[in-house]
Amino acid sequence: MKKVSKYLPIAIMAFLLIGLSSCKNENKNQKEVTADKNEEVAMAKTAEVETAKGYTIGDEATDFKLKDVDGDMVSLSDYPDAKGFIVIFTCNTCPFAVASEERMVALDQEFKGKGYPVIAINPNNPEVQPDDTYELMQEKAKEAGFTFPYLYDESQTIYAKYGATKTPHVYLLNKENDKNIVKYIGAIDDNVRNADAVKDRFLANAINELLAGKEVTVKETKAIGCTVKQ
Amino acid sequence: MLREINVKNKLTINNFEYISSMKKIALLLLVLILQACVDDKKNADTKMEKSAEVPEEIKELAGEQMEAEPISVRIPSYDFETFQKKILQKNNDTTYVVNFWATWCKPCVKELPYFERINKEYADKKVKVILASLDFPNKVQSQVVPFIKKNKLHSEIVLLDDADANSWIPKVSEEWSGAIPATVIYKDDSRKFYEKSFTYEELKTEIQKLL
Repeated sequence: MKKVSKYLPIAIMAFLLIGLSSCKNENKNQKEVTADKNEEVAMAKTAEVETAKGYTIGDEATDFKLKDVDGDMVSLSDYPDAKGFIVIFTCNTCPFAVASEERMVALDQEFKGKGYPVIAINPNNPEVQPDDTYELMQEKAKEAGFTFPYLYDESQTIYAKYGATKTPHVYLLNKENDKNIVKYIGAIDDNVRNADAVKDRFLANAINELLAGKEVTVKETKAIGCTVKQ
Repeated sequence: MLREINVKNKLTINNFEYISSMKKIALLLLVLILQACVDDKKNADTKMEKSAEVPEEIKELAGEQMEAEPISVRIPSYDFETFQKKILQKNNDTTYVVNFWATWCKPCVKELPYFERINKEYADKKVKVILASLDFPNKVQSQVVPFIKKNKLHSEIVLLDDADANSWIPKVSEEWSGAIPATVIYKDDSRKFYEKSFTYEELKTEIQKLL
């Protein structure tokens, strides 16, 4: 009898511990939902951008023929009346790209009528970044209300020619003698995270300068972005 | 608040366990703990909803919760000016490896274990790894803290919270396009910048050049 009373508290403590640890696990699982996603894709191969070259200001940008989310093939030459283009390399889920979606639509609204439509290109390889399949691009374009083409760089050659290293990455092209000349490279504005806190609209300023027949003053800017997934 | 109390309760209960061997009390405790567990879970749910609605308050929330957690995770947040002084300009005989990353950046997450390994293996050779997170400040609580705990990161972690990236990216390096991962390795006046993903071996080679 003495023996039993000696071991009984230990048995109860064991129960307690089990109770405690299952409780902890439950909470832990909740927190790990977001992190798990990352771990899963951490298997993906790494994007090396070190050797990426690409265009500098004044270079002639190549035209392309890429598939839009509605199935049509789109080229810059499809826009004979355009004065130039806002080419934005972007993707479905990069937080910086997502934070820029509304601004991309606003830019298209503001400048399409003035001759500078937005052309969005997704450079990511969906085998490496499963969030960027063509089907998910279609969903994204619908959800975000894209008023511009959202093209799939299936062969992953166009972004490399332009030298885009990240999403979002903007190239402003100006049509001069039927050539598309790079006039500005970089960010949409000076605050990707918060559109309300923007002080300097780099891209809009550059287009307005082109429209006024002036030289673009701020030709290149930098912003944090998600590495293009090769 | 509720969560904090719950955690404290749990701790008191734990201590109590050791002293007490009374089965009635133990049973009572079990009931209490299970109850606390349910409350805790409810609380977590509420918090998640909150974080989606009021991002400005997250910083404070995060601070409060971190104090209550048994494993404390503190992430100091710096604007670039402070970051530059505190992290990028240490003048001593230690080699600093400053890695720019974010929880959402896949290649960054992939190479983190290599940085962790360096931090551990080279600790006695005066090498220190600092992980500079570029996660959005309103995601610290919901993503960064759980990520650090889950992956048991031991390197120093800071949040670089400065929205005007165009002004500070070139100050880290003129070569940097802004894509992450990116890494600065420096000791005193010797400094190298890499806009690339590392393997463990590559990282080791680069660090040994400065030792």
